[in-house]
Amino acid sequence: MSATGIGAAVRRKEDQRFITGTGNYTSDITRPGEVRAYFVRSPHAHATIDKIDVSAAKRMPGVVDILTGADLAGDKIGGLICGWAITSKDGTPMKMGAHPAIAADKVRCVGDAVAVVLAETLLQARDAAEAVQVDYGVLPAVVDPAKATAKGAPQLHDVAPNNLIYDWHLGDKAATEAAFAAAKHVTKLDIINNRLVPNAMEPRAAIAEYDQGNDALTLWNTSQNPHVARLVISAFVGMAPEHKLRVIAPDVGGGFGSKIFIYPEEVVALWAARRVKRPVKWVSDRSEAFLTDAHGRDHVTHAELATDANHKITGLRVHTIANIGSYMSTFSSSVPTYLYATLLSGQYAIPAIYAEVDAVYTNTAPVDAYRGAGRPEATFVVERLVEVAARELGLDPAEFRRKNFVTSFPHQTPVIMTYDAGDYDASMTKAMEMIDYKNFGKRKAESEKNGKLRGIGFSTYIEACGIAPSQAVGSLGAGVGLWESAEVRVNPTGSVEILTGSHSHGQGHETTFAQLVSDRLGVPIDTVSIVHGDTDKVQFGMGTYGSRSGAVGMSAISKALDKIEDKAKKVAGYMMEAAADDIEFKDGKFTVKGTDKSVGWGDVTLNAYIAHKFTGGQLEPGLKEGAFYDPTNFTFPAGCHLAEVEIDPETGKITIANWVAVDDFGNIINPMIVEGQVHGGIAQGVGQAMLEGAHYNADGQLVTGSFMDYAMPRAADLPSFKVDTTVTPCPSNPLGIKGCGEAGAIASPAALINAITNAVGHENVPMPATPSVVWKAAQGGMKKAAE
Amino acid sequence: MPNVTVTVNGKSHTVDVAPETLLVELIREKLRLTGTHVGCDTSQCGACVVHVDGAAVKSCTMLAMSADGATVTTIEGLANGSTLHPMQEAFREHHGLQCGFCTPGMIMTAVDIVNRKGGNLDEHTIRDELEGNICRCTGYHNIVKAVGAGARAMAGGGKSAQAAE
Amino acid sequence: MYAFKYEKPWSLAAAAALLSESGDAKLLAGGQTLLPAMKLRLAGPSTIIDLSKVPGLSGVTREGDNLVIGALTKHVEVMNSAEVQKSIPALAHLVSVLGDPAVRNRGTIGGSLANNDPSADYPAAVLALNGTVHTNKRKIAADDFFKGLFETALAADEIIERVSFPVPEKAGYEKFRNPASRFALVGVFVAKTKDGVRVAVTGAGESGVFRVKEMEAALAKDWSPKAIEGVKVSASGIIADLHGTADYRAHLAGVIARRAVAKAG
Repeated sequence: MSATGIGAAVRRKEDQRFITGTGNYTSDITRPGEVRAYFVRSPHAHATIDKIDVSAAKRMPGVVDILTGADLAGDKIGGLICGWAITSKDGTPMKMGAHPAIAADKVRCVGDAVAVVLAETLLQARDAAEAVQVDYGVLPAVVDPAKATAKGAPQLHDVAPNNLIYDWHLGDKAATEAAFAAAKHVTKLDIINNRLVPNAMEPRAAIAEYDQGNDALTLWNTSQNPHVARLVISAFVGMAPEHKLRVIAPDVGGGFGSKIFIYPEEVVALWAARRVKRPVKWVSDRSEAFLTDAHGRDHVTHAELATDANHKITGLRVHTIANIGSYMSTFSSSVPTYLYATLLSGQYAIPAIYAEVDAVYTNTAPVDAYRGAGRPEATFVVERLVEVAARELGLDPAEFRRKNFVTSFPHQTPVIMTYDAGDYDASMTKAMEMIDYKNFGKRKAESEKNGKLRGIGFSTYIEACGIAPSQAVGSLGAGVGLWESAEVRVNPTGSVEILTGSHSHGQGHETTFAQLVSDRLGVPIDTVSIVHGDTDKVQFGMGTYGSRSGAVGMSAISKALDKIEDKAKKVAGYMMEAAADDIEFKDGKFTVKGTDKSVGWGDVTLNAYIAHKFTGGQLEPGLKEGAFYDPTNFTFPAGCHLAEVEIDPETGKITIANWVAVDDFGNIINPMIVEGQVHGGIAQGVGQAMLEGAHYNADGQLVTGSFMDYAMPRAADLPSFKVDTTVTPCPSNPLGIKGCGEAGAIASPAALINAITNAVGHENVPMPATPSVVWKAAQGGMKKAAE
Repeated sequence: MPNVTVTVNGKSHTVDVAPETLLVELIREKLRLTGTHVGCDTSQCGACVVHVDGAAVKSCTMLAMSADGATVTTIEGLANGSTLHPMQEAFREHHGLQCGFCTPGMIMTAVDIVNRKGGNLDEHTIRDELEGNICRCTGYHNIVKAVGAGARAMAGGGKSAQAAE
Repeated sequence: MYAFKYEKPWSLAAAAALLSESGDAKLLAGGQTLLPAMKLRLAGPSTIIDLSKVPGLSGVTREGDNLVIGALTKHVEVMNSAEVQKSIPALAHLVSVLGDPAVRNRGTIGGSLANNDPSADYPAAVLALNGTVHTNKRKIAADDFFKGLFETALAADEIIERVSFPVPEKAGYEKFRNPASRFALVGVFVAKTKDGVRVAVTGAGESGVFRVKEMEAALAKDWSPKAIEGVKVSASGIIADLHGTADYRAHLAGVIARRAVAKAG
């Protein structure tokens, strides 16, 4: 292994600009002559818009224009769409209500935009926004997904009677019912997977500029996938043809899913820029972000697990109500269906599974993918069920898991997936050693001596990443293919530019991807640069989400590098008068097999361009290759997280005493970056389990609308984590990579809740397990023990 | 419009500002030093932390007018030319950042911690002192490591540390 | 923020004059609560009167049996003051758990008290220590100063100059943080002075900081955590929100009070 190649903990190339304050985030950009945009937003969760009067506001200082939903409709700007078609049990398509970028007739959640003010300064725009007069006809609101389909519930979209978007199912109902009928024991749980606000530290932003001479638009935005944004804004919103629309996502300060989606504000910025013929800049503030960023999770689930007399799991069934919010965000429909129910087999051989999912509209912010997207919800269901079942059966949770682990591969689950490789016992065993599981009892006794409760909880999770063969996802309703592209441009002097359709917003692609190139071509890592995030530079790409950039994005680069190597060998062959087949390439050197004749990388790259050693008929000059890589399967990262907590029963305060994660991500390019991804994922999962929860009151007001009420994990809430890996290389991509970005967030909530419930001695601990909740649970637990 | 005179990263500026201008707006919009970030509107996230007269402050919660006559150091002023400050170096070495958005505030806070508490910081102290800085990417694990290492480096002859202030 | 007029007077008299001239002017001390409120447009004063150039408002002194802290004394200065650490270490501790380091570098005692946030820390100390708020017009006893949620006895044109605290025999402060805001979910300051025992609870009261007379009586007899084990804080008038039910906060007040007493020694 070289110091900068595959497997090395190379320090990040991108850090230089971030640690010196010279990064380039969207809000850092100013364009000459720009105006600032500020949105007038609905204070009501559900209301008709009866009248909008902008006349007084328009006369205010600095105001350039004020635009409404009627103007948007007048200009025939289309609405936003959800790009994954889900079909209900009865074969009918999902019921997607219209989502105009600015509401014209009706608002459906607090924060729905009703007008946009364009002014010389932000202060002027904000002042004028307050002067826009909107007459609302306030309607009753529904926020609880479990109540959305009830008779008499307020209706959000005419197209979706009873607010039902789809009722979908997966699995074999009859076989599952039979399994439950024959079960020796059934474990039942009611679970609320709490709604979360992603809260990337960089709020969303958009700057749009119109080039009148070329009738072309440029958008700088905080996007995880600028090409998809361009495609949707062009093909569905109808803003401009793709070749007249450039989308640039520069440095992006975290996404966690929330920056995948195409949002109203970027559509409005583009449209407004063309109308006023000046650049338009919009930067969300945090309060606005809470109201308008797509939220995550929000499931209400009943789940059951059947076991036989030998403690083998024989069946699993769930019914989930998924809150989609007020509008269907870009990939919202896929999250509680194909990203959720397909993972309900967990790491276990379960013969029969049946899942039913009802997706409903409510008067809340749209809900879409947030770190893990469906897989954390599935893992929480499975890992809570398994832990509780073990407790009910009087078994050690590790033993019960071992008894039911999938142990031979490939393994076909009853819910679509074919697991390709893994060793679940290996990661669990290693995790148990790392946390010193066998001495947990001693530590618990020690805590009890000090008046504290102690608990330990497992989460042996599996997820599906590298999403996925395009044909497969197409058959499941995806509106796009999920391949990735790469282009390798080798310059005459031998430096290399990699153009990738993946996008880095914290993941460190500029380093990891360069390591692959350095390793493959034997060139110094400093001579490799990664180009991403600009639709004018990169031909097309699908962006970064679903832990796909390593498994899919790097596989595309690897494929393009194969072609580069082939071509370079041909050049070297002409240089050394040998057949290309006789050329060996290693460590940046081309050697004629069996001889000491060789040429270096730089000689070959120069010769590729000067083309003096071959004719155009023999070989095209230049050294540039592209590739599209379409995965042959999902990848299946898996592992074991163990959480150990100490609880102060008097206050309900949880101290995380130990956290161990042993993950199998397949082959690893940069272990330092991978560990960082795990740490961050755990923090977000711990956040979900004990701190975070978006809460709307009955009127649809977001009560947790700022960091004052929405608890974000701070340094003092978390311990240092003990992180390690086991490796079963992924057989379905050339690099053997599985993906690591979401695992922490997927695994950790169940581990933590399993630990807390273990400590308090009963299962009734909802998320987030705040001190107030835990105190109450601890009281109940102690009572139980005393009885 | 009133004006303020501030010395930012060693350079004196006299700038016309509206009274409602925040220090962070002066820094980002008037002086175009965009390394200092804004991540919230409730003075909690700490992405905007700079040093004013040697002490860490949230530049989103201070009027530009209040900085009249003050000496301000932002993330851009921390390195000594092309030599990184030991705390910057430590954040890179220990992978104390991912998306980079909270990083300037984290580093400025970290330097302030060392200035107040010295170079020998235990994990508990570091986590406590990061109370006012939120990171969504790293789970703080590597930030804590970076601050500890950066503190040791500053104490052990971090000349650039003092020079920059 | 809304636009406003900015004034930076050089004397207390000038500041007071400006304050009475303008109906809705606000005094700017450290700005750590005022500015966030203005940024969210929850406050929109027409004039901001920056007190930073007014002399004599800052510093810590010991005057006989009293510790006196100037209104513009920053939290960090109180925290690090040798005089505070010697006279009322519990007060130095309180400030060390108030806000975060950057907030402590700007925020002031006068600003905190004038704002009287129901979850702020300082009001608990002032009430439990039976402090006195000295303004440009009069002296206000702690029991008279706090008038409810964000309400104080301060008149519209009144400016806090300093706060004096009788040095107690024993005092302790314990805080249980709100997981989101990090303000006190419940904070309890206990103090034993020559005039008796006082217990003040912040974070929990619907009308702001309050005293728990039953605890005071029990502690006067026996200064020990055990003495107040049986004292229940009533849940009526206690804040109930997402972060805790009234029952929880009332219970927590008892737990935290005992810990404050233990800490006081």
